[in-house]
Amino acid sequence: MTQKNRLDGGLIDRSETFSFRFDSQYYKGHKGDTLASALLANGVRLMGRSFKYHRPRGPMTAGSEEPNAIVELREGTRKEPNTRATTAELYDGLRANSQNRWPSLKFDAMQVNDLLSNFFAAGFYYKTFMWPAAFWEKVYEPIIRRAAGLGSLSTQDDPDGYDKGFLHCDLLIIGGGPAGLAAALTAGEGGARVILCDEDFLIGGRLNLETYAVGGMEGAAWAAETVARLQAMPNVRVMPRTTVIGAFDHGIYGAVERVSDHLAVPEDGKPRQILWRITSKRALLCAGATERPIVFENNDRPGIMQASAVRAYANRWATTPAQQVAIFTNNDDGHRTASDLLAKGVEVVSVIDTRADAPTSSDYDVVAGGVIDQTWGRLGLTRIEVKMPKGGIRRIKCGALGVSGGWNPNVHLTCHQGGRPVWNEALAAFVPSGTLPPGMTVAGAATGVFSTHSALQSGAEGAKAILADLGIKASALALPGAEDTPVRITQFWHVKTAKRAWVDQQNDVTAKDIKLAHQENYVSVEHLKRYTTLGMATDQGKTSNIAGLAIMAEVAGKAIPEVGTTMFRPPYTPTAMGVFAGRAWGMDTKPTRLTPSHTWAEEQGAVFTEAGLWLRAQWYPKPGETHWRQSCDREVIQTRKSVGICDVTSLGKIDVQGTDAAAFLNKVYCNGFAKLPVGKVRYGLMLREDGIVMDDGTAARLAEDHFVVTTTTAKAVQVYRHLEFVRQCLCPNMDVQMISTTDAWAQFAIAGPNSRKLLEKVVDDGVDLSNEAFPFMACGEITICGGLSARLFRISFSGELAYEIAVPTRYGDALVRRLMQAGEEYEVVPYGLEALNVMRIEKGHATANELNGTTTALNLGMGKMVSKAKDSIGSKLSERTGLNEADALKLVGLKPVNPDHKVPAGAHLMTKGTEVIATNDQGYVTSACYSPNLGCHIALGFLKSGDTRIGEIIRLVSPLTGVDHDAEVVSPHFVDPEGDRLRA
Amino acid sequence: MIINHPLLGPRDSSEFVYLGDASLLNRPDWQADDALEQFIDYGHTRDNPAGLHRELWYHEQGDRSWLVVTRNTVTHEITSVELARDVARTEGRFE
Repeated sequence: MTQKNRLDGGLIDRSETFSFRFDSQYYKGHKGDTLASALLANGVRLMGRSFKYHRPRGPMTAGSEEPNAIVELREGTRKEPNTRATTAELYDGLRANSQNRWPSLKFDAMQVNDLLSNFFAAGFYYKTFMWPAAFWEKVYEPIIRRAAGLGSLSTQDDPDGYDKGFLHCDLLIIGGGPAGLAAALTAGEGGARVILCDEDFLIGGRLNLETYAVGGMEGAAWAAETVARLQAMPNVRVMPRTTVIGAFDHGIYGAVERVSDHLAVPEDGKPRQILWRITSKRALLCAGATERPIVFENNDRPGIMQASAVRAYANRWATTPAQQVAIFTNNDDGHRTASDLLAKGVEVVSVIDTRADAPTSSDYDVVAGGVIDQTWGRLGLTRIEVKMPKGGIRRIKCGALGVSGGWNPNVHLTCHQGGRPVWNEALAAFVPSGTLPPGMTVAGAATGVFSTHSALQSGAEGAKAILADLGIKASALALPGAEDTPVRITQFWHVKTAKRAWVDQQNDVTAKDIKLAHQENYVSVEHLKRYTTLGMATDQGKTSNIAGLAIMAEVAGKAIPEVGTTMFRPPYTPTAMGVFAGRAWGMDTKPTRLTPSHTWAEEQGAVFTEAGLWLRAQWYPKPGETHWRQSCDREVIQTRKSVGICDVTSLGKIDVQGTDAAAFLNKVYCNGFAKLPVGKVRYGLMLREDGIVMDDGTAARLAEDHFVVTTTTAKAVQVYRHLEFVRQCLCPNMDVQMISTTDAWAQFAIAGPNSRKLLEKVVDDGVDLSNEAFPFMACGEITICGGLSARLFRISFSGELAYEIAVPTRYGDALVRRLMQAGEEYEVVPYGLEALNVMRIEKGHATANELNGTTTALNLGMGKMVSKAKDSIGSKLSERTGLNEADALKLVGLKPVNPDHKVPAGAHLMTKGTEVIATNDQGYVTSACYSPNLGCHIALGFLKSGDTRIGEIIRLVSPLTGVDHDAEVVSPHFVDPEGDRLRA
Repeated sequence: MIINHPLLGPRDSSEFVYLGDASLLNRPDWQADDALEQFIDYGHTRDNPAGLHRELWYHEQGDRSWLVVTRNTVTHEITSVELARDVARTEGRFE
């Protein structure tokens, strides 16, 4: 294929030729091309199909506002749907596919929708897919889903990395056109820390797209020279390929840098994109302006484009959509395109100007006061029909039509903090209002000053004012000479006779749809938008919103500013989810905390599970064990028979010190702590202020003014936060200090009848572990293994004679190995979370399943623990009537009547003989397991008045899983209810 | 958002955890005759102003200070940042 529409000149590098493929066809292009410009050079105008009617479409623009030419870029795992061909930078080997068509772009079966368009008017879905309700899920939704959508996902993991970064500056300049460059020069030379971002890979904005001279040289050359000067300044960071996507609170801007999108594969170690959070003292928005179309009959054929895009393709990319081009304009800028095309040797067949007083030309034909009546060409424009000012139709052959309806300042970022743009009648455009994001000012075409001279001037002056505000002295920039053409425009929005005139080309919204919405009383702009979907496509209405508003104003008989404007929200352009995620996906969404015995446990072949941020051993399979239950049952039995070891480091540990430490704990636990003797541990129940249980744990008193508090693994962070709240906000005068020591101590539970004997082998001489010297709930600081400081607590979660021993974390690995070695003669087993869970259920100890954010001390059978003799967090509100009903839920044990039956956690409890309906609900199962000691499944649960219903046979139902059988209500303490083993 | 920490200077809001209305500093006296009513009000009743709002933020990824931040809920402008402990002391917490 030859590049038959390639022109001379331009800013492409002809020394580098790239081969690329679009659908099944191979083409050639050059470095500096976009996918769209390269396809146009090869004579390809048809690049996509519209969303609803599958109309054939080509590029309408040469930039990021593109509604039509959106493609699937790249293939395989790197496939990216809905990518604008107008911004996709060409590289050698690029692969792109058209989307939303079947079987091919030229013949799309779904274009039948277009013939049925009378049925698919605005609100079609709302009106049609209403009833019967049963049809929604089975019939309507699959139909809509199959027909809708644009590109498809690869459904595979993205192999590339995305990063996040933080930048700080005095001045962020958004946009590198004439205003942005003049501002950057001024601020850069003044010594301010400047960041200049531009979404394009070639900085210069319209200077690269126009033929204007700046300072006696070509505009593009001036831009290149200026960028080189800026890049040489150490205080200026120039960021091409970087789109500022949002203006956030306090001068923070989000920006996406496309580091590798212009490469087939990112360079080694480089991410595909980076999401920058830029904290700026001030920002200057120099985002330029976007040309808007005029709406007329069949204005969507491939080849019908913004006039400014046609000349951008000619001037920068040395290509034209066709050799014969017509122009349709309501302002002088359209004529600019005509003269630029002529200079490039493209035939300008006619300039149709809606204004009766249109400028005349000796170089090209001008129809003053004419409008486009109709266009022809199914897959690409072939002919236009012009309604002449004095009546009659003139047919003109052409392959492209440049349309200029005036320019809209790109005000989007000015609206991200709630500002609304204001209407400027002279420019016939919305310009930024006085309500800007704090710290932002606007310069250049984004404010509605459109000439090159005024853009340079407003950029330079804007920067100077900002620097003065920051106390930095900047000298005035010697402005290079540039054109200063005034704007001459007569508002003209749409050709009224049109039947199918497209306003929003990506979402296929016509002028008729807007009129219909008005007829149906959708008078607010926001309602219009949602009813017709105007402006709701991936281009967010950059080329369509204003025309839509103008048509709505017309049918409502109002002025445009009376109709209002829709809000602009971040992101400015479509942004990949991947860059928001950054490196945070899979296991990297959060930190992974490893217990001190992790390496050792891996060596034992442990299976791990996530517990909060922690990885904890779940069970330790032995050779021959094929099911987790085999390992778990063995660990439970051996621990209860002899001794087992479990890493409990992940439980939260908080060191609390100070003369008021005891008073402080008395405040945060509902039970008393003031009188706990030194050398003793006490179980503590912590309530939220609303009387619901927050957490439980133990507090060990190591000295008069020194406690070690433990929390559950899951709540360690919240409990610490809460304790700091109580300390700083509620008890600011107490002498109490604390710090989290969870990571500082490795802690192991040693449980089972032989636990004392095992421990005696590792403690140093003189440490007396006898029941008399170190009874149940004792604690103390000891030494082990020949002088290593350790903390010993005689506490038990399993219900056995048990200890927890803590050593500085760095000794944790050595300690578990030593303990295992010392325990060999007792056939010690390591046990994991599953066995720990079974043993605590057998013992009736509550954990997160029971402390589930809805339960009180009363529910847990610990109502009497809430001391009324003192003030503690939550004690007052636990007295609320609703929490103290006579039939309140109580913790019970449950045993299936048939020992073969399982008990599903989450099953509900029903009184025998009652109907299974919510009002008869008597409670629910919180924890269930198979008990190898009892030889059947057992469970814990909450049952209304459960403490008085021991012995009752109750119905256990789980309609979701089809379970419905009988269980006996028993004490939650299945094993050793009197606690003799603990005290042995 | 940027919170100007009274001890550490300007810090990104992502370092903080938000709790809510600073009226939580005014915990009632548990021995008052109408203590239960007061606690219900303390626990559940909040103003929801469009404008200045005093609220509690916790510098969890920092020095673990609780702060009272005065923020305009409409504009997110922050006009004052104080250590909650200082506020609690000035407002007469006796404990």
